Amino acid sequence: MWQRWRERFIEKTIAASGMFSIIVVILIFLFLLKEGLALFRTVPMTDFLGGDRWYPISEPPRFGVLPLILGSCVVTLGAIVLAVPVSIASALFISEIAAGWAKDALKTGIELLAAIPSVVLGFLGMAVLAPWIKYLFQLPTGLTALTGSIILALMAMPTIVSITEDALAAVPRGYREAALALGATRWQMMSRVLLPAARPGILAAVMLGIGRVIGETMAVMMVTGNAAVIPRSVLQPVRTMTATIAAEMGEAVRGSDHYFALFAIGIVLFAISFLLNAAADLFLHQERH
Amino acid sequence: MARPAWQRALGVQRVAFVLLFLSTLLIVIPAVAIIGTITVRGMGAVSWEFLTTMPTKGMRAGGIFPAIVGTLELVSLTVVFALPIGIATAIYLTEYATDNWLTRLVRLAIVNLSGVPSVVYGLFGLGLFVMFLGFGTSLLAGALTLAIMILPVIITASEEALRSVPKSFREISLSLGASHWQTVRHAVLPFAIPGIMTGTILGIGRAAGETAPILFTVAAFYLPRLPDSIFDQAMALPYHLYVISTQIPNIPASQRYGTAFVLLVLVLSLNLAAVILRARFRRRRQW
Repeated sequence: MWQRWRERFIEKTIAASGMFSIIVVILIFLFLLKEGLALFRTVPMTDFLGGDRWYPISEPPRFGVLPLILGSCVVTLGAIVLAVPVSIASALFISEIAAGWAKDALKTGIELLAAIPSVVLGFLGMAVLAPWIKYLFQLPTGLTALTGSIILALMAMPTIVSITEDALAAVPRGYREAALALGATRWQMMSRVLLPAARPGILAAVMLGIGRVIGETMAVMMVTGNAAVIPRSVLQPVRTMTATIAAEMGEAVRGSDHYFALFAIGIVLFAISFLLNAAADLFLHQERH
Repeated sequence: MARPAWQRALGVQRVAFVLLFLSTLLIVIPAVAIIGTITVRGMGAVSWEFLTTMPTKGMRAGGIFPAIVGTLELVSLTVVFALPIGIATAIYLTEYATDNWLTRLVRLAIVNLSGVPSVVYGLFGLGLFVMFLGFGTSLLAGALTLAIMILPVIITASEEALRSVPKSFREISLSLGASHWQTVRHAVLPFAIPGIMTGTILGIGRAAGETAPILFTVAAFYLPRLPDSIFDQAMALPYHLYVISTQIPNIPASQRYGTAFVLLVLVLSLNLAAVILRARFRRRRQW
């Protein structure tokens, strides 16, 4: 009898823990909404989403999030343009061409890159990369959108490589053998059979790479120069949504419009990352069928 | 004389393979260069004194002892919170859940959690733990925030470890009259421990290196003493590196490189431990 009760209790506890993740996601959403929507009691939503000026502590304050969204977009787009071709190419090399110890060494190198904390990358970006950029393009400052894109590309590449590798590995052996048996070279087999067959997985990899980049905070805050203006070129300082939250939350008075506005940016970020993950999940699901 | 098509195709292949190889180098070389630079320039700055003394002169001199202790306390507390729930969730998903809408919802939530930007976790921690529950800026609030962040890492690794235990283990245990929970507890869980540990160590590495979630939940700008309790603020290595690289002018470069080196060694050795553990486990596995 006692035994049965104990068993029941343990099973219920485990099931309750299983629900914990759902509760946390709901809580995150609720808290962002609770604090973020409070902004719209005083600031119209159109001023927030459509405003092109972010002057949170001037009088009167302006909470236009457009420069920050565009800042995030420019930096992210740059990083993805840099990272995607290189990542797909090296995933092909590692999974199809490299063998033996070379394969292990390259994989380890890429895993190491993924493990480096973002604040360390940001620090090196400031100390080493920014002076190079400044010198190379003869700029007043090396802290630009491009600097951010390069650092973020380094952070996105391990994600994209490893998921692309998985997608390539999931292509049935028969596809490769059939192409080679028809007289295709290995490169023709890779470019015309393997890559198209792995397409959904590669798209998922790119989505998750974008997700990683757009949510990245510390490195991007340290190397992009933090100027909240609408970006006109990749060689000027920009400010992203993540950097704005991280940089200003320390000074924002709890319960002020500024504080609520930073949570409202959090809602925008949460929504974007939710959509990207859902899209990636959809692509991965498509691949399985 | 025109070359035959097959020869041309082989020529194209040679060029393509070289390009693929160069692309791979474009990822691996920066990784090695970054770690090399930090190691070469940081190792010189690290001494016994640097590791064990308080910062002085507005953090321009002295050591990083409180930041190291703060990070160690923070990640220990994080694991205490994350591990039980992570393992329980994995057990639920592999051993108990049936394939229904609720299970799919749990999976969707986990995928979603793993994609939430780290600074959003920071906002959430601030809203729930610091303000709503009134923990204040404290080790407790930061550890809870980090625990939620690394939960997906632990769940995914534990699930994989539990699934890799053969079905026959469970069948034999059940056929001997063991209950469902006894089977999980004695015939499944012990064999999944190495895999769960690998995931946990990876999670610790992630928690130790993250800055954004602890910015508004734990981190003290400058606190030249150790925290008294879990309700106290603390310094932490990643936040300390951020502060001395951006907020404090005229600081010797060696202080920054030294701090970056200590953080990098901590995080990379955790990752290395996880890799070695995984490799040894795979080699020794008998089934």
